[in-house]
Amino acid sequence: MTYLAKPRFHHPKLPTNALGYTRRDYEGAVSTLCAGCGHDSISAAIIQACFELDLPPHRIAKLSGIGCSSKTPTYFLGASHGFNSVHGRMPSVLTGANLANRELVYLGVSGDGDSASIGLGQFAHSIRRGVNMLYIVENNGVYGLTKGQFSATADRGSTSKRGVANHDQPIDLVTMAIMLGASFVARSFSGDKAQLVPLIKAAIRHQGAAFIDCISPCVAFNNHPGSTKSFDFVRAHNEAVNRLDVMVEREPIVADYAPGEVVDVMQHDGTVLRLRKLDAQYHPTDKRAAVAYLQERDAAGEVVTGLLYVDPEATDLHANLDTVATPLNALDDAALVPGQAALDKVNASLR
Amino acid sequence: MDGRGPEGGEGIPPTDIRDPSYFHKVVDCQWACPAHTPVPEYIRLIAAGRYSDAYMVNWKSNVFPGILGRTCDRPCEPACRRGRVEAEPVAICRLKRVAADYKDDIRHLLPEIPAAKNGKRVALVGAGPAALTVARDLMPLGYHCVLFDRDSRAGGMIRSQIPRFRLPEEVIDEEVGYITGMGVELRLGKSVDSLAGLLAEGFDAVFVGTGAPRGKELDLPGRREAAANIHIGIDWLSSVSFGHVDRIGKRVIVLGGGNTAMDCCRSARRLGGEDVKVIVRSGFEEMKASPWEKEDAMHEGIPILNFLVPKEFTHEGGRLTGVTFEKVAAKYDEKGRRSLVPTGEPDQHVPCDDVLVAVGQENAFPWIEAETGVEFDRWGLPRLDPATFQATNPKVFFGGDSAFGPKNIIWAVAHGHEAAISIDRFCRGEDVSQRPPPDFGLSSQKMGIHEWSYDNDISVDLRFRVPWAESEKTLRNIAVEVELGFDPKTAFAEAQRCLNCDVQTVFTTQLCIECDACADICPVDCITFTANGTEADLRGRLNAPAPNPTQALYVSEFLKTGRVMVKDEDVCLHCGLCAERCPTGAWDMQKFLLEMSHAGHACRSH
Ligand SMILES: Cc1cc2nc3c(=O)[nH]c(=O)nc-3n(C[C@H](O)[C@H](O)[C@H](O)COP(=O)(O)OP(=O)(O)OC[C@H]3O[C@@H](n4cnc5c(N)ncnc54)[C@H](O)[C@@H]3O)c2cc1C
Ligand SMILES: Cc1ncc(C[n+]2csc(CCOP(=O)(O)OP(=O)(O)O)c2C)c(N)n1
Ligand code: SF4
Ligand code: SF4
Ligand code: SF4
Ligand SMILES: [Mg+2]
Repeated sequence: MTYLAKPRFHHPKLPTNALGYTRRDYEGAVSTLCAGCGHDSISAAIIQACFELDLPPHRIAKLSGIGCSSKTPTYFLGASHGFNSVHGRMPSVLTGANLANRELVYLGVSGDGDSASIGLGQFAHSIRRGVNMLYIVENNGVYGLTKGQFSATADRGSTSKRGVANHDQPIDLVTMAIMLGASFVARSFSGDKAQLVPLIKAAIRHQGAAFIDCISPCVAFNNHPGSTKSFDFVRAHNEAVNRLDVMVEREPIVADYAPGEVVDVMQHDGTVLRLRKLDAQYHPTDKRAAVAYLQERDAAGEVVTGLLYVDPEATDLHANLDTVATPLNALDDAALVPGQAALDKVNASLR
Repeated sequence: MDGRGPEGGEGIPPTDIRDPSYFHKVVDCQWACPAHTPVPEYIRLIAAGRYSDAYMVNWKSNVFPGILGRTCDRPCEPACRRGRVEAEPVAICRLKRVAADYKDDIRHLLPEIPAAKNGKRVALVGAGPAALTVARDLMPLGYHCVLFDRDSRAGGMIRSQIPRFRLPEEVIDEEVGYITGMGVELRLGKSVDSLAGLLAEGFDAVFVGTGAPRGKELDLPGRREAAANIHIGIDWLSSVSFGHVDRIGKRVIVLGGGNTAMDCCRSARRLGGEDVKVIVRSGFEEMKASPWEKEDAMHEGIPILNFLVPKEFTHEGGRLTGVTFEKVAAKYDEKGRRSLVPTGEPDQHVPCDDVLVAVGQENAFPWIEAETGVEFDRWGLPRLDPATFQATNPKVFFGGDSAFGPKNIIWAVAHGHEAAISIDRFCRGEDVSQRPPPDFGLSSQKMGIHEWSYDNDISVDLRFRVPWAESEKTLRNIAVEVELGFDPKTAFAEAQRCLNCDVQTVFTTQLCIECDACADICPVDCITFTANGTEADLRGRLNAPAPNPTQALYVSEFLKTGRVMVKDEDVCLHCGLCAERCPTGAWDMQKFLLEMSHAGHACRSH
């Protein structure tokens, strides 16, 4: 960490977005994480994505659980709403907030311990309910905050900093998310912003449960030769299936692609996801093929990254429940407290 | 990998940070200073309240901190990085004055002068800053220096030209005194009329520091008839300085747009001039005077009229009555060259009682005979080796305004240092063209994980103004200094604006794990990890554009992913956050201290 606040001065040519903000306006307090932590790079990527999407900071809610990863919302989007819940309980708080006010952009920020250990049930249910959110797990394979115990995503056979091997089967959150019905699933790496930023942008624009598993080396406890979540290991085994460009309506489409097949996926809100295929066999809209591919490459020891699955026809919890479109805080008393007659009517319908 | 790899052998080779000029250039102020004063070093000493030490850092480099702290042309300030980060540069010059104002007695810190001389005698002609610097550098080495000047007191134009309201006499006496007090033999009050004669006296070397002592004439109709009230600016100013003139007419016109004109008009304002105007041929913007000198003049109620070309001095019964001007406008041709063309409007007559002509200075060497072998070019300037200042007679060296025409004090000092090196080498029979390299060192400033031995918290204060004495007081007495200087509290706050550009970001490729932490934290987006490329290509695709070609790109060797680290030095705040965030110590903040070599044993090459 640093004790100094980041100086206010910025580059004189720093661009502004449609709202007149610079990227610096999307920053938060200075990070207290260990120097070099992958989580800080993810924060920087979130800042960049929100800036590029011209999101008004006060229309974003960031929610988290407990862990170094869950601390990061303090370090970005300082002007947004925030909720730091208890360990593993971010998904239910986020679900509640989303039900009450569907007009905010929801960022669920979690760790592999927070989501794959104590919060596994919460993770599963928020995904299968299709809560409209970006759920991002900053996956370092350890409980960073409590000094580096293996988490449930640590690979079997990988070792701790002290050389002790992990014997348990890892949980693959990506495969789980696809199986549980997430309509946008990606994996990325904190050390590759060129890949991560467009994925975050696309996931934010996605109207449904979007999940990103972002491998994020823990420099203090899990960046050693026996780790499979280290900078070196991930760089050596990273197999990106595609490269993504996100085109929001107003942006002109500038095509400067290296040769290779290009697929456009139009999302519900009109965003175009332009995918340059790096692996010709990979079809991110085919769920079964995606899962099969992931398992095959996983067996080969590769870390598959990129946009792994997207359902362009996704729906969300509100659509499923047919809830009122207006946020609860904007409904008047009459609508919120319809009175005895309305209650009698509901009761009667249930008799 | 992120899909980008090295582009074969293409791209910028890794930056050679062992070349002292690389980091020297990053210290913009020091690089721009002709004497290469270690500016941030003395600014930190001021912030620490160590005024005497700050003074001595200056004194070593620029010899006249108290004088320069009030009068320097300050080429460092337009170069200062702070001016690219926010509105205005650090008030470097006025901080120099702070060191001079608040120092203790520093006489015990001055170099010792050996009692046993080395047997070499050097003549210094002209007692201006150039010659005084030569004396300063040679006296501690045991030379016998003889200083000649036609004025009766040493100082050159510092004493004869710069008005007292900008530079009090005590300051001149003190700083000139440090040098003359080293035991320089003074032969003042008498012109040197013959170089041949001087050489015949058996001096081992002669340094010519006679400046550019002749004011340019303005030969217009009426000049001779009205001569009594038309004065050459620099002659008039020296008469004022030496107390021979203490009055001028009520209505005064100053012709010319340089700094001399500004000193003339402000002096006239103090000697009875009530209606003083500066009138220039060119446009206001193109005037040679520094912007702050123009501001100061206008602040004292002196209007500056432009695009008026003087045509004639009008007179009546032998008395000047005014000046007639032709109105002109600026026209530019396709190549952007400007010419002044008459607008065709009727001429303008401006009545006045006195005119001060400040249209330039010239060199004059009537006392240097052809037989001495000292040759001049067609502009009347001596033919010199530009690095050694040696003339075509190897015993003769030039420096200051006499070398390449009128400049300023700090250039005179810089020339003096170089000439002293040459004279020392010459007198010892060494090759004069061999120049001693500057002395430099890099030292880590790391004290703890987030602790540095410099203050890396960036102040967001805007430039502080130097307070002025009330104009009712200053306009009444020419000897009352206008600027009051910073008080210690303001000086501290101004010193804190300095970005410590000498505390360098030093990168070790082998240690970097490419975690991006430094690129993420950098408040000004200096750092990019990317595929190497040509300079033009790289400048366009860094995290922030790097359009300033005068500022270097710092390029690492190839990293593990095949990329390179590229740092644009342009607007780096030297905040050290990159080094604080780096988990492996691949970035370190190291103080680069470069000191110019001066004449002396330590820097001799054998
Ligand atoms: C009005 C005015 C204001 C200025 N203000 C500033 C300012 O604010 N800041 C700044 O940096 N610069 C200023 N300058 C410029 C600065 O004064 C000169 O650039 C600087 O003094 C040059 O130094 P020098 O050592 O070359 O010679 P000078 O200072 O010019 O000294 C030369 C000396 O040689 C003597 N001399 C000449 N010929 C002979 C001879 N034959 N025999 C004996 N002695 C001789 C002269 O009397 C003089 O004392 C100003 C100049 C003028 C005219
Ligand atoms: C209910 C509860 N149980 C246990 C803990 C102790 N605890 C704090 S953080 C943490 C693990 C965090 O791991 P992860 O989510 O991966 O975050 P990281 O620090 O690795 O980013 C645990 C077990 C707690 N705070 N609360
Ligand atoms: S900020 Fe300080 S060190 Fe940097 S150029 Fe300006 S005065 Fe010099
Ligand atoms: S010192 Fe480092 S972090 Fe600070 S501005 Fe310079 S490059 Fe950026
Ligand atoms: S913080 Fe250090 S290790 Fe990380 S990218 Fe920068 S220089 Fe490399
Ligand atoms: Mg973790």
